[in-house]
This record gives sequence, structure tokens and C-alpha cells, in this order.
Amino acid sequence: MIAVLMIIGTIVLFYLMTIVYKRFTYPLLIPIFSTTVLLVLILVTNNIPYDTYMSGGKWINELLGPAVVSMAYPLYIHREKIIKYKVPIILSVLCALLSGLVSITVLSRLLSFEEHVLLSLLPKSITTPVAIPISEAVGGVPTLTAVFVIFAGLVGAILGPIIFRVCRIDQAISRGISVGSASHGIGVSKLTEYGEETLTMGSVSMTLSAILGSFVCPLFALLI
Amino acid sequence: MVKFIRIVFQVFILYLFSFVGSWVVDSFSLQFPGSIVGLILLFVCLYFKIVPVQFIKDGAGFLLAFLALFFVPATVGIMEYPEIFSWVGLGIILSIAISTIISIVVSGKFCQYLEKKLLEKEQVE
Repeated sequence: MIAVLMIIGTIVLFYLMTIVYKRFTYPLLIPIFSTTVLLVLILVTNNIPYDTYMSGGKWINELLGPAVVSMAYPLYIHREKIIKYKVPIILSVLCALLSGLVSITVLSRLLSFEEHVLLSLLPKSITTPVAIPISEAVGGVPTLTAVFVIFAGLVGAILGPIIFRVCRIDQAISRGISVGSASHGIGVSKLTEYGEETLTMGSVSMTLSAILGSFVCPLFALLI
Repeated sequence: MVKFIRIVFQVFILYLFSFVGSWVVDSFSLQFPGSIVGLILLFVCLYFKIVPVQFIKDGAGFLLAFLALFFVPATVGIMEYPEIFSWVGLGIILSIAISTIISIVVSGKFCQYLEKKLLEKEQVE
């Protein structure tokens, strides 16, 4: 009974937050963030433990796998454009992955974060459904990773447009690739404002980053 | 109603791909997300027309439209880690911001450079 309540509660709250976001489009109101904050507040104030929530939550979580598989669809639809720009796309996505991995490792060492924090930070630029299993694979804490991934997404969505202006990143492909591979779905959702081509490149690079990151992150974790 | 049944059926097909992917990863004891194996498998099947795109189109569209919802349960797990709301937590958040900005600038500039080279090459030909 409580499980069903948790499932319905999550879906209804998420739906309401989607409406709120469409109305105000303020970056901090993105549904994944606002729904999480509200749910945590509700659970904590009512003394409901996470395990109780997950008795229902695990059923929603179960759909992450097929949702990742679904990303093959946009990849297939845009295969011709991807093949045409394959070299810049692949190299740039790799470049984003490596610069992210190196910079977060240096910062973690400078601020002496604990080892499990650093390992959980490694897949931060990769979409959550893939970042979670990568985090597990490298010995991180999946939940921490889930939260770090959201922060990385928010940064891209909020600061992306400013970075484009300041650094004169003005080509559709470059904009899509850079934000898509550094800030995954949350960043890509912001790219809708830049038109179809930028958006396509954003989702392509997000998917590619997830595939390449699944190989690169575990290898990188062995080196540090 | 017909559309609803079709979506449920197609989500089930996508679930099978994810399941096969996890099974492959488990049986070879790989340190790799099974869902990505499923993604690659589906892409190959679509590319070689083993699975017609109509078989998964609506299901995939449905799942991708609600993508963010599916990771809410994972993010709510933050309540088990109250230490994120501390000075260390603030340091972590700042590090994520700096690292993400570096990623966007470096890859954006690099991609722009590659794109220009590609266009120049095209014009020459």
C-alpha cells in the first residue's frame, strides 16, 4: 500500500513540477531538482526512511534500463549527420570527457576529498542512468553520483549560454557537443532554445559520452 | 487505448534489450553498465533492419519524454548523505561547477576548430 502511495506521489509531484517549470523556465526549477528537494523535505519532516520510500521508488528506478536503451532511437534517426561529422564529434566528446576527468581529479586532490567522493565524482558529466552503474563499477557511491550529475547538469544549463557568449562558441555543432557532453540531459534541455541542429548534436553527444564514458571512466579510475 | 497498449508492449521490448545487456555484462563479469550494451545492441539491430524502427518508436519516445522522472528515486537517496550540506559539500559543488565549465570551454573551442578545418577541406574539394 505504502509502495503504491510512493509511486503515485512521485509521479504526481514530478508532473506538477513540470507544469511549474514550463510556466517560469527558471533553471533552478527544473523538475528533477525541484521534485527531489520537495520529496526529501516531505520524507524527512514525516520521518519516513529512504528504504520505505524505495519500496515504491524501486519500480520507477526499474525503468532506467529501458530508458537508456531508448537512446539508440535518436542515434539511429540522426545517423547520417553523425556519420558526416563523426571525427569532430568523437574527438570533442573525448576531449570533454578527459578535461572533465582530469580537472575534477586535480580539484579533489587539492581540496583533499575522500576517495569515495572522488570516485563518485568521476562520471558526473554522464547521464544519470549510465553514471549510476559506472559509479558502482569504479567503487563510488551511486547516490552521491546521482546528485553530482544533477549539479553538473545545472551548471551547463545555467552557465552554458554565458560561456557561449564569453568564449565565442557560436557554431551549432560546437554548442551542442560541448554542453551535451559536459552536462548531459539537463544541459541538453536548455539547448532547445538554440534550434534543431544544436539540440540534435546535444543529444548525440550525450549518448556518445555515455557510451565512451563507460569505457573511459573505469580505465581512468585505474590510473588515479 | 490502442496507443497505450502499443507503448506498454514496446517498453517491454526495450526492457528485454536492457535485460539481455545486463545478462551479457553479468555472465562475462564485466565492469560495465548493462543498459549501454542493450543500447548498442538495439542500435545494431535497427541499423541492419533486424528490428524495424516502428517496433520501438513509440515506446522509446515515451521513455525519453519522461527520462528525468526515472532518476528521481536515485536522487532522493541524497537524504541518506546529510554531509553534502556542509563546507566539504560546498567545496564539492564548486569543484563540479569549475570542472564542468572547463569541459564546456575546452571541448567547445576544440570542436569549433575541428569543424572549421572540415569545412575548409570541403571547400577545397
